[in-house]
Amino acid sequence: MEHHSILRVISKLLIPPIILYALYVQWHGDYGPGGGFQAGVVFAVAFILYSLVYGVDALTRIVSPRLLHAFAGIGVLIYAGTGVVTMLLGDAFLGYNALAHDPVHAQEWGIIVVEFGVGVTVASVMMTIFIAFASHNPPLKDEDW
Amino acid sequence: MSANLVGIAIIDILLFTFLVVTAIVILRLRNLFGVVMLAGVFSLLSAALFVTLDAVDVAFTEAAVGAGISTVLMLGTLALTVREEKKPSHSAFLPLLVCTIAGAALLYGTRDMPSFGAPDTPVQTHVAPDYIARTPVETGVPNIVTAVLASYRGYDTLGETAVIFTAAIAVLLLLGASGKRREDKDSEGKE
Repeated sequence: MEHHSILRVISKLLIPPIILYALYVQWHGDYGPGGGFQAGVVFAVAFILYSLVYGVDALTRIVSPRLLHAFAGIGVLIYAGTGVVTMLLGDAFLGYNALAHDPVHAQEWGIIVVEFGVGVTVASVMMTIFIAFASHNPPLKDEDW
Repeated sequence: MSANLVGIAIIDILLFTFLVVTAIVILRLRNLFGVVMLAGVFSLLSAALFVTLDAVDVAFTEAAVGAGISTVLMLGTLALTVREEKKPSHSAFLPLLVCTIAGAALLYGTRDMPSFGAPDTPVQTHVAPDYIARTPVETGVPNIVTAVLASYRGYDTLGETAVIFTAAIAVLLLLGASGKRREDKDSEGKE
């Protein structure tokens, strides 16, 4: 892999904008196209690109698979937990109107929080699945390229 | 306006032609690496079609998941399995018959469907105007798709998130968690 300097330089240039774009899609999902699901996928793609160029072991040194497994569950809990919180505040499950005094504001808050949960789960799951597949494959040799 | 419509029609026809050509080539190819790449192209073409239908959220998802992630995962699967499709051992007559009958039934069914992209279909006139009218007042969210997904249909999206979580569990159960197993094998091999 040491010889592929073009791939390494280009991917290093691409990864920061990809992560930035994922965060933009995540937090601007209520204004433009996209939302938690797409943002999670794009976020995971940045790490998968890194792994494709530098190897799975380099990726698992940055984000440990255990951490990803935890975050896959945490995202679902954030989503479902929002529903529990709204129930405790006296509204229906996932009835965001109780989250703030102004229903319109409450809706916006609720949407942002659950989309964050979706994004966390999707990003972690995509990386988890990729690592599960890739770590069963022997690393590519230079002749395979 | 009509020139605009003609332009969209030309783009639609081009995209559908490419879709059909890609599908036929995928059917004919035995090299699975080429099939995976063409499946990515198929997804990208579908995403372009969704854009011409103004469904940018769906197009975004199709491009990111269909053309991006699933291509990478399919390549990972190829590396785990084989790169060439086996020759079928049985005759193609029965599958061809089933496909012809099913295809004819589907084509017959489309006769009752509204024309492509028609604005006066039940989908466009039933609940959609309701959401379009209610979303700005009740949520203040400019992207109605996000409001429907995360608020009005919040239960469904919670279910989808749980499905994605389940997918991760299933893959981990089938393939084993993290890369520990391979490292063990490597160290055994060195010893």
